[in-house]
Order: sequence, then C-alpha cells, then structure tokens
Amino acid sequence: MSKAWLDLWVGLFVVAGIGALLFMALKVGNMSSVRMADSYQVSAHFDNIGGLKVRAPVKSAGVVVGRVTGISFDDQTYEAEVLLSLDKRYAFPKDTSASILTSGLLGEQYIGLEAGGDSVKLANGDRVRLTQSAVVLENLIGQFLFSKAQEGAPNETAQ
Amino acid sequence: MIAPLRLVARLGRRTLQAVARIGLATRFFFATLLHSGTAFRRFGLIIREIYSAGVLSLIIILVSGLFVGMVLGLQGFETLQTYGSESALGVLVALSLVRELGPVVAALLFASRAGSAITAEIGLMKATEQLAAMEMMAVDPVARVVAPRFWAGVLSMPLLAALFSAMGIFGGYLVGVVLIGVDEGSFWSQMQAQVDFEEDILNGVIKSVVFGVAITAIALFEGYDAPPTAEGVSRATTRTVVTSSLVILALDFVLTAFMFRGVS
Amino acid sequence: MDNLVEIQDVTFGYNERPILKGINLTARRGQVIAIMGSSGCGKTTLLRLIGGQIKPNSGSVHVAGQNVGELDTAGLYELRRKMGMLFQFGALFTDMSVFDNIAFQMREHTRLPEEIIRDLVLMKLHAVGLRGAADLMPSELSGGMARRVALARSIALEPSLVMYDEPFAGLDPISLGVIGNLIRRLTDTLGLTSIVVTHDVQESLKIVDYVYFVSAGVIEAEGTPEEIRRSGLPFVHQFVHGEPDGPVPFHYPARSYAEDLRLGS
Repeated sequence: MSKAWLDLWVGLFVVAGIGALLFMALKVGNMSSVRMADSYQVSAHFDNIGGLKVRAPVKSAGVVVGRVTGISFDDQTYEAEVLLSLDKRYAFPKDTSASILTSGLLGEQYIGLEAGGDSVKLANGDRVRLTQSAVVLENLIGQFLFSKAQEGAPNETAQ
Repeated sequence: MIAPLRLVARLGRRTLQAVARIGLATRFFFATLLHSGTAFRRFGLIIREIYSAGVLSLIIILVSGLFVGMVLGLQGFETLQTYGSESALGVLVALSLVRELGPVVAALLFASRAGSAITAEIGLMKATEQLAAMEMMAVDPVARVVAPRFWAGVLSMPLLAALFSAMGIFGGYLVGVVLIGVDEGSFWSQMQAQVDFEEDILNGVIKSVVFGVAITAIALFEGYDAPPTAEGVSRATTRTVVTSSLVILALDFVLTAFMFRGVS
Repeated sequence: MDNLVEIQDVTFGYNERPILKGINLTARRGQVIAIMGSSGCGKTTLLRLIGGQIKPNSGSVHVAGQNVGELDTAGLYELRRKMGMLFQFGALFTDMSVFDNIAFQMREHTRLPEEIIRDLVLMKLHAVGLRGAADLMPSELSGGMARRVALARSIALEPSLVMYDEPFAGLDPISLGVIGNLIRRLTDTLGLTSIVVTHDVQESLKIVDYVYFVSAGVIEAEGTPEEIRRSGLPFVHQFVHGEPDGPVPFHYPARSYAEDLRLGS
C-alpha cells in the first residue's frame, strides 16, 4: 500500500468518524436546539414538584422556551425551589404563572408558563409568584377514594 | 508438605505472580506514555497504524452497528407498542446506542479485531527477534513500535464508536420508520428532545476513549510480554481478547455509575 | 588500541544457573573471529553481552575502549550505532520492503535526504548481490536471500563491529558458501571486525582468522584455523570431525541403563 493511499484511507476514516460525531451532536442530540447563549434566570417555588428533573424543558404554549437548571429544597418555607433558565428572546409578564405538567399520561414532566397581563416583564433573578404544583397521582387517587367514601357513608347510616 | 498446604502455597505463588504482572503492565504503560514523543513528531507512524487498527475495523463496525440498530428498532417497537408509545422509538434506539451499546459493542469488536492483531503482530516481531534487532540498531522499540500503535488505537476507538452509533441509529430508522411506519417527525424530534449532548453523547465519547486506552494498552503489553514461541503468541492473543473484554465491561459499569448517577 | 572487543573474566547466569564461567576473549580490528560450540553452550549469550542487551555478573566487556556493562541507555545506544548484528533468522522487519529494511537505520539516525538514502541502500544491496530485490517483501525471499538482506542491513551505517548469530543455520550449501564469502569480503573491504557465532565448523574454518571453542560456559580451546585442525584436544577433535560420542556424550545424564530397565532385580 503506497503512502498516498494510506493517507487517503485514514483521512476518509477520520472524516467519517467526525461526521458521525457531528450527526449525533446535531441530529440525534439537542445541541442545535438548546443553544442558549443568552438566557436569564428566574426562580419559582412549588409545594410539590412531583417527578420534575433538572434539564427538563420549560414550555409556553407548547414551545420550549428554557430549561430547568436547578432544584433545591427551601427549609424555611418547606417548599421546593426550582431555577429556570429562559431564552432571552422571550420576555414574560411579571404575573406569569408556572405549573408542573406531564406530557401524556406517563410521560416526562415539564414546566408550563402561562403569561399574565402585567406590563412589567420578568427580569434576571426574579421569582415567579403564581405556581401550581405537580399533580401527584397517589394524591388524586386518595382524594377520589376519600370522596367516594364520603358519598357512600350517609347511605349506609341511613339504612 | 501435605497436600492442602501445597495448594495454599501454589495459590499464594499464583497471586503474587498475577500482582507482579500487573505491576509490570503498569510500568510498561507509563514507559509507552513517556516514549510517545517520537510518535507525535513523526505522525506518519501513527497514521500507518490508524489504517491497520481503525480503517481495517470499519467493515465489521459498520455492519454490526447497522444490525444492532435494526434489532433495537424491532424489539423496541414490540415493547413500546404495548404502551402505545411507538413515537418514543427514536429515543430508545438513540439512548441505548449512544450511552451503552455504541461504546461497549464497538470496543468489544475492536478488541477482537484490532486488539488481537496488535498482540499477534508485536508477539511475532518479538519471536522473530525483530524487536531485539531494533534495539541493537539503537532504536527504542517502545518509541518506534509500541507508542504509535497505542495512540492510533486511542484515536481510532471513539471514531469507530461514533460510527457504530450513527450506523445503529440509521438501522433503527430503517426498521422503525421505513419498514414499520413509525412517524418520522416524532422519531427524530423525540430523540432530539431526550438525548442530551453533554450527558449522553459526550459521556459516550469519553467512555470509548477510556476503552480505547484499555484495549490497546492490554494488547500491546500482552504482545510485548508474550513468550517468543508460536504457542506463546497464540495464547497471548487469546488473553488479549478475554482480558480486554472483561476490562471493558467492568470499566463500563464503573464509568456508568459515575456519569449517569443523579441524572434521569 | 588494537583490540576492538575485550572480554575479561566474564561470568554470567540467570538466577544461580551459570551460563558463562570466566570467559576471556579478544577480537582485533580487521579480524573475523569465530565462537564455536555445541547448541546451548552460551555462544549467543556472549553476543548479547557484547551488544549490551545483558550485563555480566562479574568481569568486564570492553568495546572500543568503553565498558559496556557500565554504560547508561543513551551511551549504550550511542555505542550500538557502531555495531551491526545479523540475527539467527535475519529478523527482517516483516512489514517493510527490503529497501525500507535497509533504509531503516539511515532514516532513524540520520537526516540524509531521500535521494542519498536511495543510493546508499542500492549500494548496500549491490554488495550482497540483491539490488534487483529491493522492492520485494521479506516474505517473498528465500532463506539465503533473507540472510543476505539482513547482512546488508547490519552494515547499513558502516559499523566498525558486526556480530553474526548463526549466520549459516538452515542454509543450503550454495547460500552457505555465499554468506561465508560475503562475511570475509565485507570485513576486508569495509575494514570491519566480525564476530561469528556458529557451530558450522567446516564453513567457518575457511573464512575466519581466529577461533574460540566454548563448551559448558568455559573456553575449551582457541587458535587459528590451522591450529584447530591439528589440535589433539579430544573435545575439538570430536567437534571438528562431527563424531557422535566423545567428551560431549551422546547420552543425557541418567541412571545406569541396567538399573532403568530393572534388570537383575
């Protein structure tokens, strides 16, 4: 094998390998979609975040506008504090509400933002006041059973 | 000496030998790193070895990747269909490949294709006194023969693993979208939403680099340490494949535990 | 400084088992000397001591005035550039062509431009009569040709000392004569000093200036080929004439035959 052929083959191999890496970075991974060089941070407190995880998407009207960057527990209020990193291109009114939603019945959880009517916009370091916690399935079922029991109880005493 | 005592003595001797061999291998590994200067100054040496380690492994890597991806597509579809979430097929295929199967299976194939070849080649060079001849010509065989092969292996492995994963995802796409008819849009978009560049792809690449270091270091040491006979070389070749396969799997567990802990 | 190689009272052994016991040997510049002895008597070990691949347990090995056993790696590599070695089966690099094999040292150790290397390589190949085989791979060569290529390679950098480890082993009579002739001729024309390790008595007695007989780690006899041929020592006589039994016994040490077969019990 001559040196020229050797170089050509190795060159092809390296180009193909780097191409595969690029393909994975751009097409398979989300490098193209989370390129958020400019972002601002806001926080939100929730009574219960359910199964929310760091890096979960933040969506408004179904469009990804940011990511969850941190989750911690506040032992003063006994609430969960969630840090959100939002794309600078999108501004939200100060009275925007955040809720933890689930995509599909068993899908991943994300944060949904519902814009309010305030003319002042959310700025870096602000806190989203209006929040709605995750729907915890166990609690729902518990409530359902409890209300059923409540319904049934008078009937039984009547007999 | 009574029989049980003799057994204990033999066990102890074997253990000591094994530990001494690990020490020898470690010294050899650092000697390789220390003598890598020549290889980088004369990059042509590395390119030659990338050809025999990387380019010659391409066929097996690409074909295996395609089939593994296709199987993942089929099996994943069967399972996901039960829960009515076929649209997550892309995620399943991509995550399994990028995180685990890509680096690990590519490394196992690399160990048996390129690792064994390296051991056999170095072992034969030793058996036919080519290494001794080189030493007598005042050329350090570690710098001239071992180091270029080491770096070629380390550079080839992540590229091969990436090609394996890319080919696998293509295979999954072929089966899932083209053959079965999963929606193409959700296949790709769900994949993109769930596969993270740093957490998944970059960690996969790091894994494959570590595997590349392990495989080539083992293969080179086994070759260099092989008894200079036909039997010695053949046994060393077998040992390379067995040892590096086990090391890959063990390292994979350790790395996975480190990388994906706390995520997902 | 007349002696290129001087070995004084060298003892060597791998863990307690002595291979060489008090060897004295000198090689004068311009000479071809032979080290003879039966297989496994430590001849190759002697060459490895001279090349500095192993160090003597006691005694000293001097090459060109330098004590080989006391050199560090850099000094040893420096000294080895002045040595050539022909290994038993040639030890050609199997992944390179004949041309690249001979150019190997020139490319590693010198900064000569490729055209000059080409000329030098062809000259070396011409000297061993294989200029036409430059583009062949080692696997395409016959045993005798491979040995000649290896010979050309060992003189590639014009060394002052060339060592030959069993240069005649496994060759047909014609190749054997060719190699023998080449060793003599190259030594004379290039002003080399040659040390030939061999057990081929008849061929080597034709070409060498001085012979050392090694047996069981000691030098049994030495002298010019004439003296050796006339030597009355039983060991040398047995060796030169290839007799199956003598001081070197045919039988491996064992209990008496009768005892082994349990006769008379």
